[in-house]
Amino acid sequence: MSIDLVSASWYLARGSGVSALVLFTLVVVLGMATRAARPVAGAPRFAVRALHSSAALTAVVFLGLHVVALLFDPYAQLRLVDLVLPFGGAYRPFWLGLGTLALDLVLAIGVSSWLRGRIGPRAWKAVHWTAYAAWPFAVLHGLGTGTDAGTWWLRAVTAACVAAVLGALAWRRSSAFEAARRPTLTRPGRPLQGSSR
Amino acid sequence: MTALDLSAPDHTTMATRLLLPDATDLLSHDRRHGAVPYRGGPGILIESLESAGLTGRGGAAFPTWRKVASTAAAAGGGHRAAVVIANGAEGEPASSKDAVLLGMAPHLVLDGVQLAAEAVGADRAAVYVEAGPAMTAVMRALAERKGTGRDRVRMQLVEAPTGFVSGEESAAVAAVEGRPALPRTKRRLVTESGVDRRPTLVQNVETLAHVALIARYGSAWFRSAGTATEPGTFLATMGGAVAAPGVAEAPQGILLADLLALAGGPSRRLGAVLVGGYHGAWVPAAALATTPMSRAGLAAFGATPGAGIVWALPASQCPLVAASLIVTYLAGQSARQCGPCLFGLPALAADLARLADPRAAGGLDRLPGQLAALAETITGRGACRHPDGTVRFVHSTLRTFADEVAAHGRGQCLGDHR
Amino acid sequence: MSTPTRTPTIRTLRLHIDWVACDGRGMCTELLPELLTEDPWGYPAPVRLHGRDPLPPNGIPVQDDLEPQARAAVAACPLMALRLERG
Repeated sequence: MSIDLVSASWYLARGSGVSALVLFTLVVVLGMATRAARPVAGAPRFAVRALHSSAALTAVVFLGLHVVALLFDPYAQLRLVDLVLPFGGAYRPFWLGLGTLALDLVLAIGVSSWLRGRIGPRAWKAVHWTAYAAWPFAVLHGLGTGTDAGTWWLRAVTAACVAAVLGALAWRRSSAFEAARRPTLTRPGRPLQGSSR
Repeated sequence: MTALDLSAPDHTTMATRLLLPDATDLLSHDRRHGAVPYRGGPGILIESLESAGLTGRGGAAFPTWRKVASTAAAAGGGHRAAVVIANGAEGEPASSKDAVLLGMAPHLVLDGVQLAAEAVGADRAAVYVEAGPAMTAVMRALAERKGTGRDRVRMQLVEAPTGFVSGEESAAVAAVEGRPALPRTKRRLVTESGVDRRPTLVQNVETLAHVALIARYGSAWFRSAGTATEPGTFLATMGGAVAAPGVAEAPQGILLADLLALAGGPSRRLGAVLVGGYHGAWVPAAALATTPMSRAGLAAFGATPGAGIVWALPASQCPLVAASLIVTYLAGQSARQCGPCLFGLPALAADLARLADPRAAGGLDRLPGQLAALAETITGRGACRHPDGTVRFVHSTLRTFADEVAAHGRGQCLGDHR
Repeated sequence: MSTPTRTPTIRTLRLHIDWVACDGRGMCTELLPELLTEDPWGYPAPVRLHGRDPLPPNGIPVQDDLEPQARAAVAACPLMALRLERG
């Protein structure tokens, strides 16, 4: 049995799409862990941050594969303009448009991080926070456009991703979070020990 | 603890230059001092300031001619005109000299602003004052000058929030830019890059008043009061256990005992005197008759004249309690921008409060050492020198009142405290 | 007798902390433990190798062999509160 190119690109698009969703979920959770500025599972804080960056790069690669595969798939009817202008696509335009938005936001986040030194911390932070919009757009895009939208396994993967992010958000927003970061204001401080660890 | 009596002591001294009683409104000021003696171009005034030896009266005592010169040099490139800020924000609750000066001689200050603006090539000036009598006085003076052609540079009134750190140089710059009056991280000197990245000269209002006098009467005249190394007069705010708290003008180098006499002398037997305000240092009562109000004279006590604040502590008050109240106030005045200050000062205040209570401090002989170590942690780690100044005050307290500290550690309090 | 040569001015690499931006996240203290340690509230403090040396007012000097770690610390700070300058 031969696998023709059309089916291959279709499988690649679906597979890389799901992979990108899972990876971006990991990125969002690691992003909150980075912000928490606490060691996680023995990994020091700078390592958590490095992991967040690496996961983001990997996720972008899979997102790139997802987009390229769809561009080469005649059935998807995806044009280059659909990558920047949302809601104008041929196939399921609304759900596709959400994907476009997610892609554009991810690209903005990537570029802003790359040019961080030039745009300054405030602008960088503002763009970075759009990740909290990009991720739900990606989730909804996956549920709405994908051929596999109705399948049990995609629903299960999506549910797991949503649970992970909601769980991380709940922890992040909890009162225990900031209290654990610093001793209370009234407690007298310990003097510096002078050693480096 | 605050002395906000806005009337100068009722006497005349040979040192009265700034606080003349008959030169407040524009007409009498003009009659007394004449028109603004513009030099005719940027930089020309600097030489007079250098030979006069005028230093800043806002606390840091930086040579005024140098600050003016570096601002003028930074602006001399041509691209950006400079900005002058007259800093009358006061900040310290124990100080009222800026308010008194603005109330009695606003036109001296404003003349100084114009002369400084000419010297540095500024096209814009701001007068930074707290709302209240000081601001009212400046508004009145500005209204009097309007349309007279006396001023060459437009002067803008900017309100300073009440607060200890609002008089800090970069906070003043931020306020003039229309932002919150909080200290900022300095990447470059304010004289090079201040308001809107322009070279900015920030001077205390008293310094500018002295500039206005030097420009008229010359540097030799200025040097006829004070000492050779610290010439001129200064404004002292005296408070605490003195008979007539308020602001007086005195020559630099005056003995502390003589300075206190200008405020009616001590009203009770004194334990010590706090010189330089809440970031200053203590001078024991026994040394008042022999210690001059000068950098050289006060150095032995780790003190400087600062902005001329002299606060008398009666012997009946426990010095550690007084110090604890001051540090608690200072901790509350943090701009809350920098971690070491935001967390360190309240910790310092809490430790000092425990030390101030002999019942709580008894048996805790490690407490002073712990306090000193904590103070060490906070120094030098912030956008401004608020934590550093507080630490300097704490060190002086622990050093000057070592006997009280030891007694409190044993659960006792020395002296005739009620 | 050799002619005196002019010693070139050594420009030290210095690490500056922007205290207003710093939020005590602590990544710099992990990447540059030779120079930075945590104070009781999580903010970076210079390692005082000689006890009571006063804090240098114009930044913490960084030895040349620590430059890569210092640059990593500057890049890792989520608030961009660190700056390396030679001078």
